[in-house]
Amino acid sequence: MEAAHAHESGTGHEHAHHRAGIMRWVTTTNHKDIGTMYLWFSFVMFMVGGVMALIVRAELFQPGLQYVQPEFFNQMITLHGLIMVFGAIMPAFVGFANWMIPLMIGAPDMAFARMNNWSFWLLPVAAILLIASMFVTGGAAGTGWTLYAPLSIQMGIGMDLTIFAVHILGMSSIMGSINIATTILNLRAPGMTLMKMPMFCWTWLITAFLLIATMPVLAGAVTMTLTDRHFGTSFFNAAGGGDPVLFQHIFWFFGHPEVYIIALPAFGVVSQVIPAYARKPLFGYASMVYATASIAIISFFVWAHHMYVVGMPVAGQIYFMYATVLIAVPTAVKVFNWVATMWRGALTFETPMLFCVGFLFLFTVGGFTGLILAMTAVDVQVQDTYYVVAHFHYVMVAGALFSAFGAVYFWIPKWTGHLYDERLGKLHFWLSFISFNVTFFPQHFLGLAGMPRRIPDYALQFADWNAVSSAGAFVFGFSQLLFLYVVLKTIRGGEKAEARPWDGAQGLEWTVPSPAPYHTFQEAPTLR
Amino acid sequence: MTIQWSVKRWIAGVAVALFGGAVQAAWDFTMREPATKLARDILDLHNLMMTIIVVVFVVVFGLLSYSMYAHRKSRGHQAASFHESTGVEVAWTVVPFVVLVGMMIPATKTVLAMRDSSQPDITVKATGSQWKWGYDYLKGQGEGIHYLSVLATPREQIDGGAPKGEHYLLEVDRPLVVPVGRKIRVLTTATDVIHSWAIPELAIKQDAIPGFVRDTSFRAEREGVFRGQCTELCGKDHGFMPVVVEVVSAEKYDKWVEDQQKLIAAAAGEAGKTWALDELKARGAKVYTANCVPCHQATGRGIPGAFPALDGSKVVLGPTAGQIGTVLNGRPGTAMAAFGKQLGDTDIAAVITYTRNTWSNKTGEAVQPAEIKAARAK
Repeated sequence: MEAAHAHESGTGHEHAHHRAGIMRWVTTTNHKDIGTMYLWFSFVMFMVGGVMALIVRAELFQPGLQYVQPEFFNQMITLHGLIMVFGAIMPAFVGFANWMIPLMIGAPDMAFARMNNWSFWLLPVAAILLIASMFVTGGAAGTGWTLYAPLSIQMGIGMDLTIFAVHILGMSSIMGSINIATTILNLRAPGMTLMKMPMFCWTWLITAFLLIATMPVLAGAVTMTLTDRHFGTSFFNAAGGGDPVLFQHIFWFFGHPEVYIIALPAFGVVSQVIPAYARKPLFGYASMVYATASIAIISFFVWAHHMYVVGMPVAGQIYFMYATVLIAVPTAVKVFNWVATMWRGALTFETPMLFCVGFLFLFTVGGFTGLILAMTAVDVQVQDTYYVVAHFHYVMVAGALFSAFGAVYFWIPKWTGHLYDERLGKLHFWLSFISFNVTFFPQHFLGLAGMPRRIPDYALQFADWNAVSSAGAFVFGFSQLLFLYVVLKTIRGGEKAEARPWDGAQGLEWTVPSPAPYHTFQEAPTLR
Repeated sequence: MTIQWSVKRWIAGVAVALFGGAVQAAWDFTMREPATKLARDILDLHNLMMTIIVVVFVVVFGLLSYSMYAHRKSRGHQAASFHESTGVEVAWTVVPFVVLVGMMIPATKTVLAMRDSSQPDITVKATGSQWKWGYDYLKGQGEGIHYLSVLATPREQIDGGAPKGEHYLLEVDRPLVVPVGRKIRVLTTATDVIHSWAIPELAIKQDAIPGFVRDTSFRAEREGVFRGQCTELCGKDHGFMPVVVEVVSAEKYDKWVEDQQKLIAAAAGEAGKTWALDELKARGAKVYTANCVPCHQATGRGIPGAFPALDGSKVVLGPTAGQIGTVLNGRPGTAMAAFGKQLGDTDIAAVITYTRNTWSNKTGEAVQPAEIKAARAK
């Protein structure tokens, strides 16, 4: 996948003819500008969602109600979940896709440049709706991010704003993923066959199909909630012939693939970073592609493992247990392949590599607790407890977020033309890694001991681990300000980055200068 | 699972050392002491799986850690160039598959045992309402007994105005009482939103879904008070609706049933009589505290934007028939429950009288149980 430097200082680089000031960003159709906006949007949402998490952890520091009332607590957990999933993690990976996929496949831009602008600018609208919902009568939805009926029917107007926000986020995601899939399928440089493209492109291609398949399902579920609330339908109301559990089936038919919508691009990042610092090609490229596709396909057939205790038939419980456990096989294959990639490499541990190795350890912990949760009988003891909270934060934070940090450190020289401060980057990693575990590992114990999730106050036997967890959460939260500082410092200056700042990094994106010019690959590169 | 246990003890020791002292029972690492065979089976299954997982984790990440140490560039290690091996790929696809199939055998057996709720000795219905549980003894000894079970922790303990008791948030005014060693089938349902009836020691967690009836069962092996909580987010006071089951000896259970039947007979007697205003107000205050305070507040002012005030309310100060209708049937689409299904005539009459004659409300009217009975008949 080496490219001849077909146009090292080719035409058009210097003519970055875009508008000045704010209108540059409002009207831009440039994949790099839009990628940058996605990433900053994601970071702002990460901070907002983080503050909400800290409000929750502050309240849970000790038993009793100290800072917030239960109804506000419920709003915080709901918005924290929605904002982190839809506002922080998903846009971050769309941002990486925008910036890097055209560079990785040698395309001049995304396939639908104007739609790209539109799919970004929908996001702030949705974010404003979500945040505004806190200030309307009755406050934001207090249902948890899962928006279960019939609790959602009881909510105030904040619920309607949430429903519209979800609609808009869904539109944005669908347009974004159509764009990414089209770009990958049509704009690859001549000679780059599907089985030669970087793993990050593969994982995003598969993710794009997951998004296109599942976001309409979520839109359907919230629309049914809306009509139940205001237009007299009874989809989720038993008194009118509906079924509250129907909502859960529809939600999780979206919700489980959603887990992989977040995880697969993270896998892609890890598959780019590890070979670079192992100075050795990714082990088992083809099997990685097949494993990713298998995970995506199986993810459509396991949704009811979130619902073992709703009272499904025993045959259903056993089927969903088997199907869920099956996902462990391709996931294990991926972990083994990453380990084999590092095996007998020439390893160095710069910040991106630290985050990806951290990902390997902690994502695997989350995968293993997923296996425990998959066992129906054991799940009866830990369903809806802090064990689940610990499990999905190992997957979402130590999995997706750590790999996103790794991606930023890995690619920021290409974006800014400067090397980041390695010492501070490593400090950010170690602070995050340790405080993350202090926050979330004890939550496994809380869950096993029976502490339900989504409660603002708890019995005394849960007090000690909650205090530890809250202390860890505050360290984790404030450590992220260091990340902001490192990023700003890198943008403003720092050691000049070469076109290929990492000696082990492979791929077309490292053949263009750093910072990447405003227009790249206006003529397709030739693959060697 | 002795290895598992010694590992846990060791981790516990390290943790205690790390966090310096305060060795309390509260540093729990695993599930609570089982009180049923099923709960014990589940704990054993969990421990078995955790042991397998820890072994796999140590092997895989042991190799990775070795590589991270030995294959560093700074140690002068040169990168190999291998990047493919079909044999290895097949092996590490098949081996996890086989291990997982092995794990599924005990897991499946436990699921089948868990779902056998046939031939119960006693059948109880647990009805979740925001934010309390109602228990109806449907079949078996005690048939006909029914009552509500509400959080007993005083508000001051929650707000920090009083020291917290031993069973803070896990105590109710009237627990579900069942005899030891008998098979109890629990039917769950709800009146408003989804709740979940859960007790860790009994290995029970069953969602209670409005409009549907689900079932589960347990056979307690020892006497004791077992405490759980609602585990499905059900609105504001989700954290404040505990599930408490008291498992007693057969003799104690006989006595308890007898006492309850006397209470029911007494209640039937008092429904017919005409009550004085003050009597109704005094009883209504208790009913109000147990059922209405979470939303409408002790002040009667509600929570603006979420729950309406009763103090000065048009419904409360309006004709009695309107308020009786609201309390009996609830307000669909809001958190106002249909209390007709939960409370007896006397309690409803009492609480309505209380709200009409408390705070700034001074109607001077006493609503009699007979009026409630008549309204129900309509």
